Amino acid sequence: MKRYSIFSLLRNSVNYHQDWQANWRSPDPKKEYDVVIVGGGGHGLATAYYLAKECGITNVAVIEKGWIGGGNTGRNTTIVRSNYLCDESAGMYEHALKLWEGLSTELNYNVMFSPRGLLHLAHNVHDMQEIGRRGNAIHLNGIDSQFLTPEGVKKMVPFINLECRYPVLGALLQPRGGTARHDAVAWGYARAADAMGVDIIQNCEVTGFKIENNTVTGLKTSRGMIGAKKVGCVVAGHCSVMSEMAGFRLPIESVPLQAMVSEPIKPIIDCVVMSGSVHVYISQSDKGELVIGAGSDLYNSYSQRGSFDLVEENIGPVLELYPIFSRMKMLRQWGGIVDVTVDRSPVVSKTPVNNLFFNCGWGTGGFKATPGSGHVFAHSIARGEMHPIAEPFSMNRFNSGALVDEGAAAAVAH
Amino acid sequence: MFLIKCPWCGERDQSEFHAHGEAHIVRPENPDQLSEEEWGDYVFFRKNPKGLHYERWVHSHGCRRWFNAARNTITDHIYATYKPGEPKPEIDVNDPIHGNPENQR
Ligand SMILES: Cc1cc2nc3c(=O)[nH]c(=O)nc-3n(C[C@H](O)[C@H](O)[C@H](O)COP(=O)(O)OP(=O)(O)OC[C@H]3O[C@@H](n4cnc5c(N)ncnc54)[C@H](O)[C@@H]3O)c2cc1C
Ligand SMILES: [Zn+2]
Repeated sequence: MKRYSIFSLLRNSVNYHQDWQANWRSPDPKKEYDVVIVGGGGHGLATAYYLAKECGITNVAVIEKGWIGGGNTGRNTTIVRSNYLCDESAGMYEHALKLWEGLSTELNYNVMFSPRGLLHLAHNVHDMQEIGRRGNAIHLNGIDSQFLTPEGVKKMVPFINLECRYPVLGALLQPRGGTARHDAVAWGYARAADAMGVDIIQNCEVTGFKIENNTVTGLKTSRGMIGAKKVGCVVAGHCSVMSEMAGFRLPIESVPLQAMVSEPIKPIIDCVVMSGSVHVYISQSDKGELVIGAGSDLYNSYSQRGSFDLVEENIGPVLELYPIFSRMKMLRQWGGIVDVTVDRSPVVSKTPVNNLFFNCGWGTGGFKATPGSGHVFAHSIARGEMHPIAEPFSMNRFNSGALVDEGAAAAVAH
Repeated sequence: MFLIKCPWCGERDQSEFHAHGEAHIVRPENPDQLSEEEWGDYVFFRKNPKGLHYERWVHSHGCRRWFNAARNTITDHIYATYKPGEPKPEIDVNDPIHGNPENQR
């Protein structure tokens, strides 16, 4: 791998940009790998990277049915934060945020991580109590947060309509939260993993498992049988389809989550603003587009579209909070299929099949976890025992009689 | 899926309805004898098929009554809706339009 630097940039610009190296090879699958990762989204690629980098396992393949980053990784609104209420969630997401902070250097690839500050608006007494409780709880976990008055919010977002139908009463600010460039995350991990010998195999669909004595030994794919000593499945919305192939069920349902972007405009909003009660979140991409997301559709689907009426539901709150945007045109709208658990927390777990691990259930909010999830998942696969940060996210928590947090105290909104 | 046929009211706009997941789940007959394992399965685990799905809907902004639907989760095409208590309709998942894998990408 040729490293990117100011010198490579200079050299290539005088060379008419003809000499840039391909970011990764496209090898044919080998007969067998020590570890095969199914799913070339951010989480799968990060897992492969840390397996090679930190666990010394380089005989690894990432198998992707489409193109890498073409799933939820490339469809998400890229919000990164770690201000989760539950200790277990805080542990996972803060671990990820710390990795985000050094990621571009680590990968020698600009993932455009931008800790521009992230606001959660409060619109009623309950919201105020919620941000109060969560803000204080996360302080105890050593995570940054500040309470803002409405005036403080106005300072950060001068054009916000504080006196909307559900007036803004305050906000919780995580200064270290922000956004990152989703595609760059997939590409950066892919390039760095490839450089250490990981095979990235695109356009290859896994269609079944080879399981002997309740132990996985390989994968049936559209490019033939691929042997594997261990398998990690990181397929987001398709995890139930995969688990069915392996003969067990997951406590997960797949629903569409939509997002949209506006036409590009000059810089107007330099932070991320989220509102759970007037349900919408918004930020501005470096291209100038407003990036808008909200709640998911509420029916199971694999359609990657979502319902039409939800578009209006997403736009209504934008107009209420930011009337200044009322005459803007929307450029694109799309959907991704998100894998939702009843407690809105992920499943990072061993499974009933030996040497088969699943990492899924990230639902509407897993982009921010990408580096942390990949990191702890790699260590779990390598050791055959779950990493302490991943331990609480076992799929067995639903069958142990333990209290399952159906209210999703992990702060559903991202 | 723009229009959904409520078995009581007829075709109405999709926004009047809400889906509530897998249908035909039967409450365990001997709840006191179930293990944690079985309770977990009953309470939290749902079918999440890619393709034919039998599921519950409620006409929340209409007659407020519940019903079941057989729907293709790839195309969102609804094959049939039927009243609770009625048997599952047999669906030909190989029908030329909605059963064709080429249309399911
Ligand atoms: C509209 C939208 C907005 C979102 N906004 C945010 C946000 O602001 N912040 C946040 O933190 N999270 C957000 N999320 C959630 C986030 O995108 C996901 O949790 C995260 O990207 C999941 O990453 P992944 O690598 O696990 O999955 P994916 O990126 O979906 O990767 C899974 C891959 O598996 C592949 N695959 C599936 N089946 C097979 C098979 N049989 N064989 C081979 N490959 C297969 C798929 O093609 C896919 O590429 C959002 C999601 C959506 C849809
Ligand atoms: Zn009705």
